[in-house]
Amino acid sequence: MIQIKNLKKVFETKKQKVQAVDDVSLEIEQGEIFGVIGYSGAGKSTFIRLINRLEEPTSGSIEIHDKDITKMSASELRLKRQKIGMIFQHFNLLWSRTVFDNIAFPLEIAGAPKAKIKEKVKELIHLVGLSGKESNYPSQLSGGQKQRVGIARALANDPEVLLCDEATSALDPETTDDILDLLVSINKKLGLTIILITHEMHVIQKICHRVAVMENGKVVETGEVLDVFVRPQSKTTKRFVQQLNPLEHEQDKLKEFINQHDDSEVIKLHFIGNNAKRALISEIAKNFEVEVNILQGSIAPTQEGSYGTLYIQLNGNSNVLTDTIHYIQKAGVEVEVLKHA
Amino acid sequence: MLKEWFPNVIPEDLWIATQETLYMTSIAVIGTLILGIILGLLLFLTDRGNLWENRVIYGITAIVVNVFRAIPFIILILLLFPFTDFLLGTIRGWKAALPALIIGAAPFYARLVEIGLKEVDKGVIEAAKSMGARTHTIIMKVLLPESMPALISGITVTAIALIGYTAMAGVIGAGGLGNLAYLQGFQRRDFDVVLACTILIIIIVFILQVIGDLLTKAIDKR
Repeated sequence: MIQIKNLKKVFETKKQKVQAVDDVSLEIEQGEIFGVIGYSGAGKSTFIRLINRLEEPTSGSIEIHDKDITKMSASELRLKRQKIGMIFQHFNLLWSRTVFDNIAFPLEIAGAPKAKIKEKVKELIHLVGLSGKESNYPSQLSGGQKQRVGIARALANDPEVLLCDEATSALDPETTDDILDLLVSINKKLGLTIILITHEMHVIQKICHRVAVMENGKVVETGEVLDVFVRPQSKTTKRFVQQLNPLEHEQDKLKEFINQHDDSEVIKLHFIGNNAKRALISEIAKNFEVEVNILQGSIAPTQEGSYGTLYIQLNGNSNVLTDTIHYIQKAGVEVEVLKHA
Repeated sequence: MLKEWFPNVIPEDLWIATQETLYMTSIAVIGTLILGIILGLLLFLTDRGNLWENRVIYGITAIVVNVFRAIPFIILILLLFPFTDFLLGTIRGWKAALPALIIGAAPFYARLVEIGLKEVDKGVIEAAKSMGARTHTIIMKVLLPESMPALISGITVTAIALIGYTAMAGVIGAGGLGNLAYLQGFQRRDFDVVLACTILIIIIVFILQVIGDLLTKAIDKR
């Protein structure tokens, strides 16, 4: 488990002080994928660098498996860093080394014997799906392949935690998904704790179990990804959630459409987890004397289950409508009434 | 035909002078390479925001480098006479030229090394740090290999400048092609000797440049 308490980082220049990370406290469980999302300048990049002390914290503590990183001497820290893997937005591979030698680099640092290096690198190359590319140089690889080398390199010393610094931000959407799938499979296979920072909600939605939203150096919201999706509290979080469903920006257009039908009810349904798989609409249509008109909907799969929204218009007798809504609520689907009959 | 075009050239003398120039240049290049890389690393590492950030050491190194770069080579040789005499017990012959050659060329190369090191991707250095690398490892396995093309093209340029310096040193007694051109050519008004020496120096420079270019190209996998 990783326990971060009252972590602060102040950058001081002659002219001004910048509070990059402001009193952040978080607990990250063993084996989870924890996401930190924020716009650029929110302090997330500084935050992840504080975890392995690439930036020195101004105050606060970071305990990884009950050992406080912030109190370690330089030599203790070097040893600990071997157990904290890190991958980067721009991969940061050595152009002068082949794929094999890049992955071998952290093992050389750890002083592993040659035979062990060879064996481990082979295993890692296989794990990240780069077999046959051992003797290629980074300049001969695509972005996605470079990040695979980065991941293999980060895993070389069997780390306790993997830090991902905008690891997919320089990749196209398709490659991003491949890399995210790889991270999930590594998380499952090795039980590895992953902390990632990103500005893309898509990344959080696709692979994270829990998420923290950062703004101006502070964590403004944290929780299970599904909860944050369904009930975003802060304005920033709402904007991030909207990234996934751009249609929700256009609720005004929907409203115009709604007003033309006076005798109907318009509701927004939130499907969470397994409920999202249920054929609820056809159940309603069979069991109640109502007409269902689907206006708009979307579904987003997350690590903890799917999350969907659906806007529907119900036409029918007002009593029946009330019963229908009760029925939907009983099924565990959240209902938000946008327009009463 | 050689006798017709270069009637006053004694092949044996020319060969000895060429050898002396080559010796002088190669040993001076090795010395410059070592001293220049050390000074360049020191400039780079002690600079602001770097691994060994230290204003005092950076300041001193930068002043030393700039001062020695500013002194014209011919004056540097004269200034270093006592030092050379103390070090080697003589101020004549090609060996006596080495201290001045290295001290003259190393500061110049140090700046080229510094520029080369600055070109190394900061992210790669950060990645090495995140893996728990010591500064020593970062220097040997990241900084030097990643800046190798710049280090090689830099030493090529410096080596060519050094050949120029050896000729100057030759005039005041260090031997080599410069010495031959001055004593047997210029002073006896036998300009065919000057021409022969010039041609040989040009050939050496060309060969050096080609080797440097090939090496840089072979090593650069970016």
